[in-house]
Amino acid sequence: MNPLHSVLLVAALLCVGTASAEQEVNVYSYRQPFLIRPLFDAFTKETGIKVNVVFAEEGLVERLKREGANSPADLIFTVDIGRLSDAVEADLVQPVQSPVLTANIPAQFRDPGNLWFGLTTRARIFAVSKERVAPGEATSYEALAEPQWKGRICTRSGKHVYSVALTAAMIAHHGEAEAEKWLTGLKNNLARRPQGNDRAQVKAVKEGQCDLALINSYYVGNMMADKEQAEWVAAVNIVFPNQDSTGTHVNISGMAMTRSAPNPENAKKLMEFLSGDLAQQIYAEQNYEYPVNPQVPWSGLLKSWGEFKVDSLPLAQIAQYRTAAIKLADKVGYDD
Amino acid sequence: MSESGQIGDGETALTSREVRAIVASRSNPQRRAFQRWYLDPWALGAILVALLVALPSGAVMLLAIFPSENIWGHLSATVLPGYIRTTLGLMLGVGLGTLFIGVSTAWLVTMCRFPGRRLFEWALLLPFAVPAYVIAYVYTDLLEYAGPMQGALRDLFGWNSAADYWFPEIRSLGGAISMMSLVMYPYVYLLARTAFLEQSPHLLDVSRMLGQGPWRSFFRLSLPIARPSIAVGVAVVLMETLNDFGTVDYFAVRTLTAGLYDVWLGMGNLGGAAQIACVMLLFVVVLITLERLGRRRQRHFQSGRRYQELPGYDLRGWRAGAATMSCLLPLVAGFVVPATVLTHYALNNLTTPWDAEFEIYARNSLLLSASAALLAVLIGIFLAYSRRLHKRAVLLAAVRLASLGYALPGAVLAIGVIIPFAAFDNRVDAWMREHFDVSTGLLLSGTVFAVIFAYVVRFLALSLGAIQASLSKVTSNMDMAARALGHGPASTLARVHLPLIRGGVLTAALVVFVDCMKELPATLILRPFNFDTLATYVFQFASDELLAECALAALLIVASGLIPVFLLSRTLSRTRRIVIEPD
Repeated sequence: MNPLHSVLLVAALLCVGTASAEQEVNVYSYRQPFLIRPLFDAFTKETGIKVNVVFAEEGLVERLKREGANSPADLIFTVDIGRLSDAVEADLVQPVQSPVLTANIPAQFRDPGNLWFGLTTRARIFAVSKERVAPGEATSYEALAEPQWKGRICTRSGKHVYSVALTAAMIAHHGEAEAEKWLTGLKNNLARRPQGNDRAQVKAVKEGQCDLALINSYYVGNMMADKEQAEWVAAVNIVFPNQDSTGTHVNISGMAMTRSAPNPENAKKLMEFLSGDLAQQIYAEQNYEYPVNPQVPWSGLLKSWGEFKVDSLPLAQIAQYRTAAIKLADKVGYDD
Repeated sequence: MSESGQIGDGETALTSREVRAIVASRSNPQRRAFQRWYLDPWALGAILVALLVALPSGAVMLLAIFPSENIWGHLSATVLPGYIRTTLGLMLGVGLGTLFIGVSTAWLVTMCRFPGRRLFEWALLLPFAVPAYVIAYVYTDLLEYAGPMQGALRDLFGWNSAADYWFPEIRSLGGAISMMSLVMYPYVYLLARTAFLEQSPHLLDVSRMLGQGPWRSFFRLSLPIARPSIAVGVAVVLMETLNDFGTVDYFAVRTLTAGLYDVWLGMGNLGGAAQIACVMLLFVVVLITLERLGRRRQRHFQSGRRYQELPGYDLRGWRAGAATMSCLLPLVAGFVVPATVLTHYALNNLTTPWDAEFEIYARNSLLLSASAALLAVLIGIFLAYSRRLHKRAVLLAAVRLASLGYALPGAVLAIGVIIPFAAFDNRVDAWMREHFDVSTGLLLSGTVFAVIFAYVVRFLALSLGAIQASLSKVTSNMDMAARALGHGPASTLARVHLPLIRGGVLTAALVVFVDCMKELPATLILRPFNFDTLATYVFQFASDELLAECALAALLIVASGLIPVFLLSRTLSRTRRIVIEPD
């Protein structure tokens, strides 16, 4: 055999080798790996399919877009509806037809065309001071703009995805003009310039800088699990806003299959696994989020808070008003 | 000192004109070839390399042509004036802060004798190993309202709420300026120190003979001569300030970068974000041009041969005390405090003890950073020397172009890397499919190579700056003498220049290495599957303000930054000793 032939043979073997390599599925994730790794490990244990992950806080949708048909990514995981709709709008995802997914995930938390699926939900709730806020005093998002809250509210940046989603929901419910009035009122009631993440807002309530913090529900559980932060969270009561009106605003963490997925079968298996009992339970227990699968029991903490009315606004609408919401935050100088 | 080019080379027997004549006569046969300068491998290679390195910046500029919506109307009516004010304020503050700390400490440890000098020589570099977002986090924890500092003060004085007293707000422009100055002054310190070390001791002798004190010698002689190096250091600091997102975001200081992220991630308008990036590039170009205009009529040369140890000023009494304190303060604030707090976290957080995977992360970090540092230095030398060989506008432009990547925020640069790489991969794949029915898939995208390339593009400005600054101080008489003796450009570089600019080259390597260890946004976006470095590992926790969980890994980043610091300081002081010996 001449040298050229042997080189070609080796190359051919390598190609075959990679093509029929071990079963795997590739994930681009906006979620921190330490949150999803346990789920993937459970999946690998059950199916023998290996899960490969790249995590980044931004840029993965662009990477997927540029890599095009040759992209190795099968699935994309996000922590809010916004990124999912970015991927949909850029035509980077494909519909997944699966009776398992449609059975496990309520219609409100998946795309009508099956382009994306929610995995967990988190509520945007109030953490109010046990000492300085009377029961029943804090009731709705709308009321946060009223003068009685002057100098008493802490939030993170108005342009963080969680804040933006809430503002977008306000736009969807009340129109842009009303939403602007509301955001201006809320801004005027802030105790300090928006800063830090949701944990930092609870800390500020504990320290007496403000009386009410706007936070995502799962932070409460996470903070309880931390020696130091448990003290902060012990100083607050949890309030689910808008129970008498539109319901509490929720967002999802979700997933979608890429249009170019090289391992669609494995990807579908992973999606179905993640919507199933075991994974939903791990997910909810570990990060204190609400499982989207209604059959899966809540963790003890979530149960102790009780059932609540969820805002039934379609998530797609929230995604649609995102840009308008950011511009509003700029306009009222929310972060100044 | 200007124009004459004779500082420090009293021994040079021939004037430049004479040497030039000799060189011309020797190389006469090749002269015609040299006139077609672009055929020279140095010139051609430099232009090609510069173009390659400029690809990502070019891709970003292309993006800027196609925004999905014009953002400027909205931005200028709302937040833009504030962003620009804040950005300029931040740059001014950090520029002055690093200039002051960096130059004063460099001068003290190089030219003066006082207690602790030997230690400070290298220890002053330590804050460099601390990532800016880590120091920001540590100090916020210590100094915010809920932190131990204010808590202790409240207990001590019986204050009840924030209304009872005044305390500086750490999450503010001033806070951001302090934090960034503390971890970035080593850029200026390193370059200023290298420049001071390279200065001929004759300078100070002359100054002394003329009865000048240390202050006047510093302001009238040393500082102006070191200015090119110091300017590079400050320019680097300003670019890093401009492209930082982690620290300003954490401190809720709204700069242009914050606006860029809003437009990109919030409004989904990558083109609009690229336009803001171009405005930031413009900032940098203006900055560099201003600096160059400021010293366009100055030229400083000196021979690399030193005949004796730097004379130095012996400080006594309160002067010695003041010198020690001036060096101790930035060291304690920039390194000792954050390292202590991190150690404290690590010890208190024994739920996440030694992770076996740390070794893999550390190895990844080291390999990536070392390869990038090596490449950046090689390319830096090549470009700087080509530019020296061919003083043409095209080469000047090429060198400038190659430095642009540093002004872009890491995440934007990463997108700029993905675009040409993915385009190349997909073209090759399509061609192979068409002709051989074989799919090659993605060859470069999503590989370690893409990450290293991004590092080189991002940090080439650092190595190029340090190397150019050193090279500019070697008189061109040396080149001519070597050429007259029959050495070609490569041999001259290897035998004459490299030994002379060794300090600058090492500085370049160290700075790039440590910066790569800390680099985050580009690594995150470009890395292969299941690939973590120490920085990405730390980030997944730090991004959720859970630094305590990863304090150990953060300490490892700091610790691995120490290795090159030790190596460099040892070599730096050895350069000094070696050249003392008569040749």
